Amino acid sequence: MTERTGPGGTAGTSKDSEGGAEPTGGEQSSAQRGGAADEQHAASGGTAPEPSEVELAGLGDQAVEGGTRPAPAGRERRGMFGVHGTGDTSGFGGLRLPAHAPAPAERPFGGWFDEVADDLVAALDERGTRGAIQQVTIDRGEITFYIAAERILEVCRTLRDDPSLRYELCSAVSAVDYGVDVPQRLHVVYHLLSMTYRRRIRLEVALDWAGGAENPHLPSVVEVYPTADWHERETWDMFGIVFDGHPALTRILMPDDWDGHPQRKDYPLGGIPVEYKGAEIPPPDERRAYS
Amino acid sequence: MSTPPETDAYAPERETTEGTVYTVTGGDWDTITDGEHDERIVINMGPQHPSTHGVLRLVLELEGETVTQARSVIGYLHTGIEKNCEYRTWTQGVTFVTRADYLAPLFNEAAYVKGVEKLLGVEVPERAQIIRVMLMEVNRIGSHLVCLATGGMELGALTGMTAGFREREEVLHLLEYLTGLRMNHAYFRPGGLAQDLPVDWKEKIDEFLAVFHSRLGDYDRLLTGQPIWKQRLQGVGYLPIDGCLALGATGPILRSAGLAWDQRKVEPYWGYDQYDFEVPTETGADCYSRYLVRLHEIHESLKIIKQAAERLEPGPVMVEDRKIAWPAQLSIGSDGMGNTLEHVRKIMGQSMESLIHHFKLVTEGFHVPAGQVYTCVESPRGELGVHLVSDGGTRPVRVHMREPSFVNLQTMPAMSEGGMVADVIAAVASIDPVMGGVDR
Repeated sequence: MTERTGPGGTAGTSKDSEGGAEPTGGEQSSAQRGGAADEQHAASGGTAPEPSEVELAGLGDQAVEGGTRPAPAGRERRGMFGVHGTGDTSGFGGLRLPAHAPAPAERPFGGWFDEVADDLVAALDERGTRGAIQQVTIDRGEITFYIAAERILEVCRTLRDDPSLRYELCSAVSAVDYGVDVPQRLHVVYHLLSMTYRRRIRLEVALDWAGGAENPHLPSVVEVYPTADWHERETWDMFGIVFDGHPALTRILMPDDWDGHPQRKDYPLGGIPVEYKGAEIPPPDERRAYS
Repeated sequence: MSTPPETDAYAPERETTEGTVYTVTGGDWDTITDGEHDERIVINMGPQHPSTHGVLRLVLELEGETVTQARSVIGYLHTGIEKNCEYRTWTQGVTFVTRADYLAPLFNEAAYVKGVEKLLGVEVPERAQIIRVMLMEVNRIGSHLVCLATGGMELGALTGMTAGFREREEVLHLLEYLTGLRMNHAYFRPGGLAQDLPVDWKEKIDEFLAVFHSRLGDYDRLLTGQPIWKQRLQGVGYLPIDGCLALGATGPILRSAGLAWDQRKVEPYWGYDQYDFEVPTETGADCYSRYLVRLHEIHESLKIIKQAAERLEPGPVMVEDRKIAWPAQLSIGSDGMGNTLEHVRKIMGQSMESLIHHFKLVTEGFHVPAGQVYTCVESPRGELGVHLVSDGGTRPVRVHMREPSFVNLQTMPAMSEGGMVADVIAAVASIDPVMGGVDR
C-alpha cells in the first residue's frame, strides 16, 4: 500500500487523521478537476456552464469554500450495438453521446428544498464546518447534496442533531461505480430521512479515485448513524471503499478471503456460454450491449 | 467424568489457529472448563439450523444460559442480484429483484418499477395501480403468515406453524391464479403489469376474503391469549423507539415501539391515500407487540383488498407509450404462455415495422433518461427502498436495494444480549429476516 495524499485522509484507519490537518493541495486539485470536467463536457457537445451558473446561488460562503465543480457522473457513450472498429454496418457507430453530469440547481429550488438548504448551510456555519457542500442538484423531485469526502461525518452529525433538520434515520448507505473511464468514478450515496418533517434527502460523495490498487478512503458515519454499520461493510465489500473509523470494517456478503470487490465495473460478472439448439449463447457480460 | 480428554475417544481436543477446540459429548463438560470462565462458551448456531430463519448464522457467547454477546453472520445466500441487473435491460431487472426477498416478491418488484417509472417520468394507469395495491396486500398477508408460522414453529407452537402455512397456501393459490406464478411473479413491469387479471378474478378474491375472515380468528384463539405464547414473547427482544431509529429498524419493529410510521400513509403511492385502513401500533416494543402488529396488519390488508376489488374498473394495465409498453399481450397456448396469436400473426404476416419494433424493444429495451432516484414502498418488513442510477442507456448503472431484512437484522444483538439463549430465537423470529433479502 502506498501512501495516499488526496482529500479524505491518509491510508491510516485511525479516526483522528481526517479531522486534523487539512490535506495540502486539496483545493488546487479540486479546481483542476473542475476545469477538466468542464472541458470534457464542452468537447463532447454540451454547453459548459458559466461559473456564475455553477456557483450555488444563495449558498454564499459555503459554495465558494467548497469549490464549484460539477460532479461528474456517467460515462460518454459511443455508437450502439456494442460493436467498435470495423463490423458496424448500422450507421449508429458514429453516434456520440456526452457524459451525463447532473446540473447544479438554481434558486429558487422550490418546495421545501430552499428551506432545507438554507437550514443546512446555517447549521453548518454555526458549527464551524466550512466548505462541505460542493453542489446541490434537484432532479425528479429529489434533492442531492454533493459533500466533500472529509466533511461527511460533520454534515451527517449536523443533519441528525440540528432541530431544524432532524434527519433521524439513515435509510441506506451505498455506492455507485460510474465506470472505469470516469475521473471520479466512485460515489458514496447516503439516503437520509427526517421523520419529524417527512423529508428525504440524498448526500453524495464523489471520491477522488480513478482506479489503482489502493482503495479510496472516507470517514465512517457509524458513530452518528449506528445503522450505517452493515451498510458501510457492504459498501467496502462490494466497492472497496474504506470507511475510516468504522468499528469493524470486514466483508459481509462475500467470504472473508475473497479477492476483489464485485460491484466495481471492472470486476467481471462471470458466467459461461450456454449452447441452445445448436447456437452458443455467450455469458451475459459478453453479449451485445445497446447502450 | 474423570477420564482425561486426551485419552477419551469421544472428547478429543485439537489445536487450531483459533485456540483449542474440544469435542464434548454427554457429561464431559467439567473436564474442559476452567475456574475463571467456567460457564463461558461460544456457540455457533447455523447457518443450517431450523430455528434461524434460513441460512443465518448466529455466533453467541454464553455465560451459562445468558447471552453476553451475539453476532450474526450473513452472506450465505448472496446471489449478486444487484450486479446482475447491470447486465440486463430495465424490464429484465424485474425478474432479478423479485428473487431478493422471496416471501414478498411483489414488493421487490413494486419498489423497483416505482423507481424506473420515476426515472422515466411516467404514471401508470389507474387499473394497474389498483391491481398492484391489491396484489401487494395479498402478498403482505402471505408474508406475515410465514412469519407467524415459522416463528411459532421455532418457539414450539407447531399448530401455529401448520395453521399459518395452510393459510399461506391460500395466498399462493390466489397469486398463482392471478399472476401465473406462486412466487417470483415478475408481474409488475415498468409502466404497468405484464398482463391483465383473468376474467374471473373477482370470484377468486371474494372466496379468498371469505376464507380469511372465517379463519383469522383462529390465531387469536390459538396464540394471542395463550399463556405459554405470551410468556415466551412478552418482555423478550425489547427494542424501544430510540434504538429502532439508531439501528434503522422500520416496519413492524418500529410500529411495535409505538411510532406509526408506514410508507403507505406518510408517503402514499399508487392511491394508498384513498383507502380506508389503520396503521396498527403497540407500545410494548417486544416480540409479543410485533406479533400483535403483524396480526392486525393482516386484518387491515384484508380491508384494503376488499376496497381495491370494489374500485377496480376496466381499463388499460400498461402505459400508452409504445416506446415502453410491451407490444404483445400474453396468452396461454398449447405450448405454454406466450405472445397472443393475433400479435404473432400481425408481426409475422402483416407489419414489418411491428416486427422491428417488437424485436428492438425485447432485445434492446427502452432508454431511460440519465439520473438517479430513490423510491421506497412499505414491505411487510419495513421500508424497502431502491436506488436506481441510469446513464441514459437501456441498462441500469446501479441498482441498490435497501432491504429492510438486512437493516433490521442489525437489531438482533440489541434485542438478545443480556437475555436467555432461548429468547434469541424469539427475537430473531420477531425480526422476521428473509435471507434472500438480507444477502441479495
